Amino acid sequence: MTAAAGEVVALVGPSGCGKTTALGIIAGLDRAFEGTVSIGPRPDGEPARLGYVFQEPRLLPWRTVRQNLLLALPKSRRLGSAVDLMLEAMELSALADLFPTQLSLGMARRVALARAFVVEPDLLLMDEPFVSLDEPTAVKLRALLVRMLERRPATVLLVTHNLREALALADRLLILTPSPGRVVAEVPVGIPRGSRDDAAIEALRSDLLSRSDPAFRLLA
Amino acid sequence: MRLHATSRWVMPVLSILLLLAVWQSATLAIGGRLLPGPATVAAALLREAETGALFHHLGITLLRVLGAFTIAMSVGVALGVPMGRSALLDRLFGPWLVFFLNLPALVVIVLAYVWFGLTEAAAVGAVAVNKIPNTMVLVRAGARSVDEGLMEMARVYRLSPFERLRHVLLPQLTPTIAAAARSGLALIWKIVLVVELLGRSDGVGFQINLLFQTFDVAGILAYTVAFVAIVQLLEYGLLQPVERHCQRWRRIAAET
Repeated sequence: MTAAAGEVVALVGPSGCGKTTALGIIAGLDRAFEGTVSIGPRPDGEPARLGYVFQEPRLLPWRTVRQNLLLALPKSRRLGSAVDLMLEAMELSALADLFPTQLSLGMARRVALARAFVVEPDLLLMDEPFVSLDEPTAVKLRALLVRMLERRPATVLLVTHNLREALALADRLLILTPSPGRVVAEVPVGIPRGSRDDAAIEALRSDLLSRSDPAFRLLA
Repeated sequence: MRLHATSRWVMPVLSILLLLAVWQSATLAIGGRLLPGPATVAAALLREAETGALFHHLGITLLRVLGAFTIAMSVGVALGVPMGRSALLDRLFGPWLVFFLNLPALVVIVLAYVWFGLTEAAAVGAVAVNKIPNTMVLVRAGARSVDEGLMEMARVYRLSPFERLRHVLLPQLTPTIAAAARSGLALIWKIVLVVELLGRSDGVGFQINLLFQTFDVAGILAYTVAFVAIVQLLEYGLLQPVERHCQRWRRIAAET
């Protein structure tokens, strides 16, 4: 499986099929695997920068929102101004000096997203980043993600079991089987991200679910 | 039932008064020679304070306690964290830890004096060696139970080893380290007295040995009370404020 630079690829499949494990392998967290992972270098020859939005926000509870973002930056680029700009873009400026334990789950996820973007990632791994949020909050955060990607494109691997979410955000969907997970289908989404409305997403979804291939029946 | 602000002060004072009353009745029952009463001990305390001996010996003992405490805590944390984080190191050095944990304090002290002479370094080092395994065991347990999710986050965002220690590991170990420090302070000052008794010519332990030879129980109790008071001051004046500072994020979260 490959992802082109700047492409948003969604891994869609039932829980337990190894989606999170795949992200862990790509991020270098999990080394007990067979096969190869290659991440192209940046145009300037430096190794690719990685952003990771975990399933839980995973913020340091004893550091403020601002410090959490600062720490994610490598020392050579650790500038308060970069963090402040990111907090402003994510509408988090008012929360900068709060501790994560003072935040709602939605806000904590927003901070985790800001942390992933502040490093200006080339590759952004997202593991169910909007799960267990109420729908209006999830919708707001998805829209925020789309805006952030417009401002600064990155190659994104999005893990989700939510087909609507995948169709709203991705350029291409990879459909996985239950454990042991295999890619059984590849679905390109033709419509540009900015102009997909609810109706378009719903149409794509019912089209997928009506296909005769058994792979798609698992999604319903 | 919630205690009022005043009873927070009243209760400890009452507790101390009660202890003094029990002490005084015990003195009346046993006799003042074997167990001098609070007034006699206070007089002995004043006498030792006037000659300056009290402050000299207390001071030197306190310096040894702080020296041994600093060494024991830093070495214990520095060795305990890697053992808690690496299964290999734990399996390799775990048996050593059990060995040192069960080494009697007296053996360490005597061997230190035999090998390194009756020196200050041998004395303080021997006390530290007695506390290090205890700190290591506590810190190792703390390091084993850290949040692995945060450790993964630190790896993904490429925090340096020092940053991981400072921002990810140590904040999680604060309660463990505070517990080790608290029990450590009490343990260390007890062992320092033994070290002084066996091989130093000053300090509270040396002084208690002298008072023992003249059966001056009032003097022995005077030094004991004075040093316990100092350790209490350290607990309330140093350990607790530092711990509160390290845990302020919890308090802020609880208040909102």
